Amino acid sequence: MNEQHQDQAPPPQRMRVSLFVTCLADLFRPSVAFASIKLLEQAGCEVTVPLQQTCCGQPAYNSGDYESTVPLAQQVIALLETADYVVVPSGSCAGMICHHYPKLLQGEWRDRALKLAAKTFELTIFLKDIARIKPQFDAPPSTLSVTYHDNCAALRELNIKEQPRQLLQQLCGIKVNELQQSEVCCGFGGTFCAKMPEISGKMTDDKLNHVIATGAKILTGGDLGCLLNIAGRAQRQGKEIEVRHVAELLCGDMDTSPIGEGR
Amino acid sequence: MEQHSDTFLANASKALKNSGQAERRDKIGLLAPQIRAAAIHSFDGFDELRQHVKEVRQHSLNNLDYYLSQFEKEAVQNGNQVHFARDSEEFNSLILDICQQHDARRIAKGKSMVTEETGLNSFLQGAGLNVRETDLGEYIVQQAGETPSHIVRPALHKSANDIRELFQQKHDLGARKLDKTSDLVVEARNVLRKDFLQAEVGVIGANALIAENGYSMLVTNEGNGDLCANLPKVLIVCTTIDRVLPRAEDASAMSRLLARSATGQPQSCYTSFYSGPRREGDIDGPLETHFVLLDNERSNILSSDYREILECIRCAACLDHCPIYTSVGGHAYGSIYPGPIGSVLTPLLTSLEQSHLLPNACTSCGRCAEVCPADIPLPDLLRDLRHEEGIKKLSPQRWRYGLKLHAWLARHPPLYQTLTAIGIRILHRLGRKRGRFSRLPFADGWTSQRDFPAPQENTFMQLYKAKMKQNNER
Repeated sequence: MNEQHQDQAPPPQRMRVSLFVTCLADLFRPSVAFASIKLLEQAGCEVTVPLQQTCCGQPAYNSGDYESTVPLAQQVIALLETADYVVVPSGSCAGMICHHYPKLLQGEWRDRALKLAAKTFELTIFLKDIARIKPQFDAPPSTLSVTYHDNCAALRELNIKEQPRQLLQQLCGIKVNELQQSEVCCGFGGTFCAKMPEISGKMTDDKLNHVIATGAKILTGGDLGCLLNIAGRAQRQGKEIEVRHVAELLCGDMDTSPIGEGR
Repeated sequence: MEQHSDTFLANASKALKNSGQAERRDKIGLLAPQIRAAAIHSFDGFDELRQHVKEVRQHSLNNLDYYLSQFEKEAVQNGNQVHFARDSEEFNSLILDICQQHDARRIAKGKSMVTEETGLNSFLQGAGLNVRETDLGEYIVQQAGETPSHIVRPALHKSANDIRELFQQKHDLGARKLDKTSDLVVEARNVLRKDFLQAEVGVIGANALIAENGYSMLVTNEGNGDLCANLPKVLIVCTTIDRVLPRAEDASAMSRLLARSATGQPQSCYTSFYSGPRREGDIDGPLETHFVLLDNERSNILSSDYREILECIRCAACLDHCPIYTSVGGHAYGSIYPGPIGSVLTPLLTSLEQSHLLPNACTSCGRCAEVCPADIPLPDLLRDLRHEEGIKKLSPQRWRYGLKLHAWLARHPPLYQTLTAIGIRILHRLGRKRGRFSRLPFADGWTSQRDFPAPQENTFMQLYKAKMKQNNER
């Protein structure tokens, strides 16, 4: 879905973007949304935030409560469908809109879902491939030691792998110190982590072991769900790693405390 | 089908505490995907073949009655007897009848998941027959009185040391050296040789039935299936009705996907086609051959929304790539079909009431669907089962109502934003110093394993609206 856009003609001068903040960024980490706005503006976009937004419906949907998800999906579609582009700073929420709304809905709503899906993008793929944010060729090599966690939905539903890494390199001079087993789930899985906490904890430990093995000081990624989970487990296990959303790193926001750290 | 999936969480908890087994599972989770990836990488056109085989499988299932009739006609013409069994009971009885007709006392068995599903071994043993598993993994599991923990590697949960101790205890062979893994293999081979020669009936599975010629196909790596098929006087081939394919070339196309996905081999060591009893002039082969084809809910699955699960070719790649399977192992699932495929199949073969936890053992990470050679959308099917779980009110009430309440609130943006602003403010005040919580009411599932990160001071919506207001006033 996203690939077809890569071959299109250069984007018009000023792209009008609606930001879908996602409920986790809205509630737990507004800095992610502010960083996203800053990056989109830096890429030359005109950003609006539709004020009636709440949640994309993943919690109910993943639990199989399709009846509760349908009206929520319709609400999101009606809210966002007039935008030129919709950008989401989360792989799983973008995946929900792009892949699962069309599966969930039927008839006219399915058509509207497909139209919205065609112009909805996860933040890093949008910055890199659609808005083509200008690389900072003179960005000096960063002293930050960073590793990247691939969110499963971004990786497998949206084909996002290189984009955030290239952005970190081109905008901040950060070379990602790669994780072993980077394509394996971190154990979050939405309600899974609370329904089957012990199994989830083991999976997160595996992920953390790989994170620690890289020697990186900062773990970043494109999805707050995974990051809240990994940060929470690291803190419980006394493992020292700073967890920050990739949007925050990309716009150079190091003043905000890392996830789960006090001031 | 015997199962204890209702205690999945307790089974998993026990498995996680067995550090030796956990270490071996971690190794499989690391190595099996690498081996598969290398096999697929070196094979040009895996995706095209996958698409082709999927179309063939869909076509066969759409015309199952036609191809089953054709298979039956051809197989009978080849001198076989073909039996259909509605359920496990009928299946087991049919096989016992055949054994009793021949006064058989000893059965040599090749690997067959279908007979695990029906509990054939214990049924035959209950009738006084001696059943010997001859696939090395199945033999080990049988000696230990256990069940397989993996569809392709039944004894995955056992270390070489476990097997060494088991053989010392079970084989009355006096003092001997069993230091090397190969010593264990040689010993099992020698012990089993006698069983092959003495058995009156051989029982094997089938990876495919071929409608155009009435043959069955079996792939193995040990050749034990061929000994079971050719040495005893009577051969019984056991499989399910959904295994039928139109042409021989379809079976061979499928086997190319199967071996690469299961073990990373381009081709299994033995790929055998069984046509029927010994013909005049043949120097060996069984004198009488039977096909016993089990339905056991497959017809119902075929007419349900879960029909794609019947396209499974039993490679177990979804197990090897599932971080939950590799965390807890096969036995935790309490069903002979574990992992993603098992979490779909088990509720369909038994009941969702007994096994509704299994479809929840999934983070929707999508890795199983990515590697599935049959291109089955496993995470979608698992979510559909969770949907059914909710409708049948099998999931915990507080989860159901909690999620419904959240979804309802999210459909009322002003109320949602007011309430979340208050909640977030309180959480922030309580947690700002340390930045996180070790315990929170209503979030014990989360905080049992991890700290709960405290939110920043306000919601984004509050901050953004305030900023807009400021801008407007300026």
